[in-house]
Amino acid sequence: MTALYFHVIERNVLAYRRLWGIFLTGFAEPLLYLASIGIGVGALVGTVKGPGGQMVPYDQFVAPGLLAAAAMNGSVFDTTFNFFFKYKYAKTFDAMLATPLGPVDVARGELGWALMRGTIYAAAFLFFMAILGLTSSWWAILCLPAAMLIGFAFAGAGMACTTFMRSFVDFDYVNMALLPLFLFSATFFPLSQYPAGVQWIIRCTPLYQGVALERALAFGELSWTLSINVLYLAAMGLIGLHIAGRRLALLLQP
Amino acid sequence: MSDALIEGKKLTKRFEDFVAVDGIDFRVEPGEAFGFLGPNGAGKTSTMRMISCVSPVTDGELRVLGMNPATQGSEIRARLGAVPQEDTLDLELTVRENLLIYGRYFGLARPVIRERADELMSFVQLTDRSGDRVDELSGGMKRRLTIARALINRPELVLLDEPTTGLDPQARHLVWERLYQLKRQGVTLVLTTHYMDEAEQLCDRLVIMDGGLIVAEGSPRQLIDQHSTREVVELRFDADDDRAKALALISRTDVPHENLADRILIYTADGETEVEQLGRSGVHPETVLVRRSSLEDVFLRLTGRTLEE
Repeated sequence: MTALYFHVIERNVLAYRRLWGIFLTGFAEPLLYLASIGIGVGALVGTVKGPGGQMVPYDQFVAPGLLAAAAMNGSVFDTTFNFFFKYKYAKTFDAMLATPLGPVDVARGELGWALMRGTIYAAAFLFFMAILGLTSSWWAILCLPAAMLIGFAFAGAGMACTTFMRSFVDFDYVNMALLPLFLFSATFFPLSQYPAGVQWIIRCTPLYQGVALERALAFGELSWTLSINVLYLAAMGLIGLHIAGRRLALLLQP
Repeated sequence: MSDALIEGKKLTKRFEDFVAVDGIDFRVEPGEAFGFLGPNGAGKTSTMRMISCVSPVTDGELRVLGMNPATQGSEIRARLGAVPQEDTLDLELTVRENLLIYGRYFGLARPVIRERADELMSFVQLTDRSGDRVDELSGGMKRRLTIARALINRPELVLLDEPTTGLDPQARHLVWERLYQLKRQGVTLVLTTHYMDEAEQLCDRLVIMDGGLIVAEGSPRQLIDQHSTREVVELRFDADDDRAKALALISRTDVPHENLADRILIYTADGETEVEQLGRSGVHPETVLVRRSSLEDVFLRLTGRTLEE
């Protein structure tokens, strides 16, 4: 018998079979950014300092950053808005909990679904990066598992935060948190642009871990510091998942 | 006596300071239809949620199918069918898909579920709606689908929390008919209701709850015999002074009665004789109704007539 949480993923696949349009929009967003900022702005900027210290074309520099940001945005969307709707209004989880499924299965399944969806988008984006010649190393293949790890971290955190929200109004806070992460996590320009003190703050933020990881892999510039990024993201996802499971039990099984 | 399907001892549910269920004792035997009857806020749903293993027991003991809900919730739920008070159907899916995915939550194989889904859709008369989205269904159809869904795992125990609340009479009778069929197949039913006719129709045995306590227990017939009289006479008056006069006369006798806003109720073994006697003492109401005593009389006498919300 397959693990029970697998059936939660199955439910989402079933529901999305009729929502292909919505599913497809997930592919478009990162590609639009890539076309506008990578290719458009890239033509003005020329080259910037890459992860190994060498000068690299801007579109190659920004693409892995966009991949990391897309992995974050996709999984946060699924585990905040969509998750909240299912939990609070559609009573999807109440139905699941009347069966052998428990709150932890629900949390795992929802996270698994967010991850699955994010992985498909990330794979497509990576494919376009390769076609457009924006990857310069075979290590870039590992950008995909890295994107999954970023997705896992933000899905866990997003789901945990969602269990504390009372209404859709609270989701303004999600946007307030995501936008600065998106803009300032060395996504669009090198960390060295910041003063030293600010650099350390950025180094502690979650999306920066993902951007650093993706960029290093895209250029094949490996170093031991990447393991810190990996551990950071893995811990974030696991802690988030744990909190979400506990909170769901409290909320749905009072 | 140890093979009860459900057994509660001093079962208690507290939400912070509020006591929803206040130490109740009850047992449900295999194959019976057991009812929790009570006004809103009596603790019926809290009790049902504890039995369904979706709400932890605060105090006391609860065994369901011989297991402990606190540690074996998943195993118990695998053998239960739960019809919650509010439908929790998956609105993004069709009628058929609702059954299919629900069966998957129980870990059943797809071919098995497909076969059962077809059977169940015909059982609740939804076969011709199988491809429709759930939000297009009427309230009665949704309720029937919820019941069908709860049967996908062939449960030996089905828990129904107010199965017919909000349904029109036709829909209600169809649900009753189906529940009765299940009962005949040997499925144990536990239901909550505040409809007396539902309890009388479906329940072999029931408890009346009020304020978190069980205030009476027995078969519908026993409860009527113990807590009401065989017949009830309803007297209505158009003029208030006629009514006041009648009430004064009745009060002088030792006939059990109740003065309601719109009528006076008289509890008696023989309604016709009582009406004749009242007529001789000068009580002449506008309309007189002699009827059999029902669970409603028991219920209202035991739980009071004040509106509880």
